[in-house]
Amino acid sequence: MRFLSDKALTRLRDGAELPDLAGTRYRLLGQVARGGMGVVYAAQDETLQRRVALKVLEVPGEESDLANRLIREARVLALLEHPGIVPVHDVGTLADGRVFYTMKFVEGRRLDQYIASVASVPDRLRVFLRICDAVAFAHDRAVLHRDLKPANVMVGPFGEVLVMDWGLAKILAREDNSAVADDGEAEATFLQTETAPAPGDSPTRISAITGHGTIMGTPGYMSPEQARGEVQALDARSDIFSLGAMLRFLVTKDSGVSPAAVTRPDRSLEAICSKATSSDPAQRYQTVQQLALDLSRYLDGLAVAAHRESLLEKSLRFYRRYRFFILLILAYLVMRMLLLIFLKR
Amino acid sequence: MTQDHATAGEGRFPPTRFSVIEAVQSPDGAERQRALETLCAAYWKPVYKYVRLRWNRTAPDAQDLTQGFFAELLERELLKRFDPAKSRLRTYLRLCADSFVMNEDKAARRQKRGGKLPHLALDFTAAEEELGSATVDPASLASAESVEEFFEKEWVRSLFALAVEDLRKLCLANERERTFHLFEAYDLQDDDQVSYERLASEFGIAITDVTNALAWARREFRKIALERLREICGSDEEFQREAKAAFGWESP
Repeated sequence: MRFLSDKALTRLRDGAELPDLAGTRYRLLGQVARGGMGVVYAAQDETLQRRVALKVLEVPGEESDLANRLIREARVLALLEHPGIVPVHDVGTLADGRVFYTMKFVEGRRLDQYIASVASVPDRLRVFLRICDAVAFAHDRAVLHRDLKPANVMVGPFGEVLVMDWGLAKILAREDNSAVADDGEAEATFLQTETAPAPGDSPTRISAITGHGTIMGTPGYMSPEQARGEVQALDARSDIFSLGAMLRFLVTKDSGVSPAAVTRPDRSLEAICSKATSSDPAQRYQTVQQLALDLSRYLDGLAVAAHRESLLEKSLRFYRRYRFFILLILAYLVMRMLLLIFLKR
Repeated sequence: MTQDHATAGEGRFPPTRFSVIEAVQSPDGAERQRALETLCAAYWKPVYKYVRLRWNRTAPDAQDLTQGFFAELLERELLKRFDPAKSRLRTYLRLCADSFVMNEDKAARRQKRGGKLPHLALDFTAAEEELGSATVDPASLASAESVEEFFEKEWVRSLFALAVEDLRKLCLANERERTFHLFEAYDLQDDDQVSYERLASEFGIAITDVTNALAWARREFRKIALERLREICGSDEEFQREAKAAFGWESP
């Protein structure tokens, strides 16, 4: 039997890693990312002459938990046709036995990288509101994302915002939704493999079996009930917790452009973050729309539901909102007084 | 029969769900023997090299210990105690080997065993040559991590070498010797200067033929290696984990 040198081992590994696209309409262009579920490659769709992202499992087999999960992820994406959610094109099994699906190739930056170039908090909040739109749409279709975090949001060159990585999505039981079954999520024994932390990303996913189900998500972004593995108890409020954690990240993360521009959020914004990330789901916003509405009110300089203002805060907010008119009136009054004084002399 | 030839047979590969963990407990003696051979084929070299370097044993001593270890594995039905939910098989075997070596001075027990159990024909000379060509300093195996890393690397080397041998047989059976030679020249040699163009010129074929042949060989190699791996894993979860480790797919 032949002795394999270290170099040969490396070559064999490299050669075996690439997906076999023989018999498909795709041509491999290069690796884009690697995650807990598989590898994402850029590929050329030779029929439609366009670039796509091809997500493929590392290990072959259509019966494994991972394969089922990848197929389910593709079906979830097919269910969620929304401008803020990456569209899926195709799903199948490659000649080498690995399950794959293709989706739109998103050119842009991850949210955590994108905000490094955006110093203005209102600009960041407007991006966040678009994330809320996509998540609210998914919730309306009875789908929970369960892994919302900055690394799973892409911002395109034209400002388009796309929520990615629906691999942990859960389909909530709903009478009118039979398109994608959830395959007995509560009894899942699948162990989510660890994902490499990207620079600036939160720590890796953790996994463990509990009495209720499998813990899947990202520490720092997953809700307490999700961290406890209470799969059955999860509802839209779990994603709202994650959105709240993302919001806090967005409003506190320093910008690479102007580090001093983002500081401690004001009380209203902090209250919105705190309400969204309350440990008690009943104390959180009950829907994503409520969270988005409160944030929109904040952006418009209105009172927010999450924070009861003092008289001073109310006055300051009133001043900030109508500063131009207040200053105009003050200027008019000062001019008037000066005129009166001048005339009396 | 040497373990180098203890493969799944000419052009035949084991059923997808065959697992040595189950087979080694089978009431069928032939099935048990096959399971032990499969296990030995993948692990004897890692165990031998591990004993040589980690336990600093002489070649004859390490050979005796390796033989003894696999015999004990069968005799004491150690695999029955293996729980895939708790650890990887290779980690379990390494710990068993540690424990076995620590008790190796019980010579009488080894002698008693030697009379009852089959002696495995293992190519220790080849293993010694491999050790000679490697530059592993026994002192570098001081920490638990380095020991695990070394054992994993040797296990992957052993697994891949078996898969390459299976691939060679498959190519032979399908009259694709040239494909194997191309694969050998490009993926198994240490030559950094090798290129598709050079191979095409050497073999007198088009570059696209080289590309296609290598793609086929790599696909088959991958399939064979994964099938072999599946055999020596106790569960699907363990298989997924070990496949990631063997092919370097684990997140850094």
